[in-house]
Amino acid sequence: MNSRYAAWAIGLAALIALPFVYREPYHLHLLVLILIWSFAYTSWSIMGRFGLVSLGHGGFMGVGAYVTALLWNHLGVSPWIGIPVSMVAAGVLALVVAYPCFRFRITGHYFVLVTLALSGIVLQVITATRDYTGGSLGYTPNRSTGNKLWALQFDDKTTWYLIALGVWVAGLVIWRAIDRSMSRYAMEAISEDEDAAAAAGVNVTAEKLKITLISALMTALAGALYCQYQMFISPDTVSGIAVSLQMVFAVIVGGLYVSLGPTIGAIITILLAESLRIGFGTKAVGWDNLVYGVLLVLFIIFLPKGILGSILERLKWKKA
Amino acid sequence: MLAVNGLVKRFGGFTAVSNVSFKVEKGEILGLIGPNGSGKSTIFNMLSGTLVPTAGSISFDGHEIAGHAPHRIINGGIGRTFQIPRPFHRLTMFENVALAGFYGQGRHSRKKADEAAEKALAMVGLPTDRHAGVDGLGAAGLKKLELAKALATGPKLLLADESLGGLDEQEMDQAADMLRNIRDELGITIIWVEHIMGVLMRVVDRVMVLDHGEKISEGLPAAVAADPRVIEVYLGTDADATQAAAGEARRRAGN
Repeated sequence: MNSRYAAWAIGLAALIALPFVYREPYHLHLLVLILIWSFAYTSWSIMGRFGLVSLGHGGFMGVGAYVTALLWNHLGVSPWIGIPVSMVAAGVLALVVAYPCFRFRITGHYFVLVTLALSGIVLQVITATRDYTGGSLGYTPNRSTGNKLWALQFDDKTTWYLIALGVWVAGLVIWRAIDRSMSRYAMEAISEDEDAAAAAGVNVTAEKLKITLISALMTALAGALYCQYQMFISPDTVSGIAVSLQMVFAVIVGGLYVSLGPTIGAIITILLAESLRIGFGTKAVGWDNLVYGVLLVLFIIFLPKGILGSILERLKWKKA
Repeated sequence: MLAVNGLVKRFGGFTAVSNVSFKVEKGEILGLIGPNGSGKSTIFNMLSGTLVPTAGSISFDGHEIAGHAPHRIINGGIGRTFQIPRPFHRLTMFENVALAGFYGQGRHSRKKADEAAEKALAMVGLPTDRHAGVDGLGAAGLKKLELAKALATGPKLLLADESLGGLDEQEMDQAADMLRNIRDELGITIIWVEHIMGVLMRVVDRVMVLDHGEKISEGLPAAVAADPRVIEVYLGTDADATQAAAGEARRRAGN
């Protein structure tokens, strides 16, 4: 166990040191994107791993990004306040949608459909209020003229890399904390048999709401960070059904039941999208979604535990 | 300890339980029998909160619990097993029981949950080893696990939906003895649902018989087994077996 912690510590130290020795901006940019999306995917997997498959997380991400940006542009509210507000907004939205679902036992495919509608609704609201949000053309937070820290706007990649790294680590810590808590027992039990879980004394609705709330809050934070880093958001990149599907795809490819699975998924999706963009340019717009779809089907059939999950399983067999 | 009054459950036009009233005294084992579809499990599901009664009251330790959420009822001191064991396959055997020990007793601490799990597993005679899974368990083992989960929630009243159909005779006797031990050693009051009369009659203090959702007889095992209504309505075609069970019960009562 100690050697495992040592490996984590060394790996983390190396990741912290990286931007100080390696300064190639494009590669650092890719790493920041990978870290932010890894965090978003980890957030999704916190509920997804218990069979709560949500296609509404694009909605939470959109709320995180747009609420933060709108508060800054229209009311001059610093993202330091705007981000928590956007997270609360996403949390309230999650509870409003999830409570009736859980209370009235909407599970499985029907739950997926309800969350799918949530993604669609958030996307529609963003496009419909185009006077404020810029609609489908996208939206840019105003450049700060004063204190960069107050505006949470940084020009150098190193700062962003360290912020993204910190948030990513926090996401993994939360994942592990849940994995080791009694909540995991309760959620595994609920995902198998809600009545039997209730007969063991579990408050099924409350446990599901708790895990959904944590997941939604984290996803909104990911959206807000993405907005602050890219300084440009559009419904296609941080919201909507495509983003939700991309989360499902990345997590399943990486591995749903292992802490670093979503991170592996983020590395693959971002490298895939970037290589398509560089290799084929504008001809390949939208191709990544096509590739995601085909790969998703193949993975669900042939490698349901994902890349990392399957590798770890093989290693375990060899040891045993 | 438990007082049920005028309990009714309708599913659409079908009345599964019709105006059933009964009482359970502290420390007794009440047997609940009746043919398939007579409403035994429906009554259990209402007592444990899985179903909301259409009408009637359920008073446990002086508190009205009809229609409360299952987790509240479980935390209030009622434990239940399911007729068909419902283990959680993604958890180990120990985790299955520790879960019940944690959530069934007000979520105190992990240590307490583990202690409750160890105690419950030992009581039913399952290994307390932390790594054993549930997939290797046979029918008898799964029933024991089901019982251990219910015990770990720390019940004052245990609703044992046993239906020992899948077990051989020796296993049935063991299961019956186990219920009696649970009452004698832990002081837990028990309502025991069963199809097979003989095994049940040997252990219970009183029996209640249901047919088509109605209570048709209630009393001491010997008296109930000899009740012509029970023989005629409930066991009609199986009169010989019933008579044998009645004789058995009388003989034991005489001892």
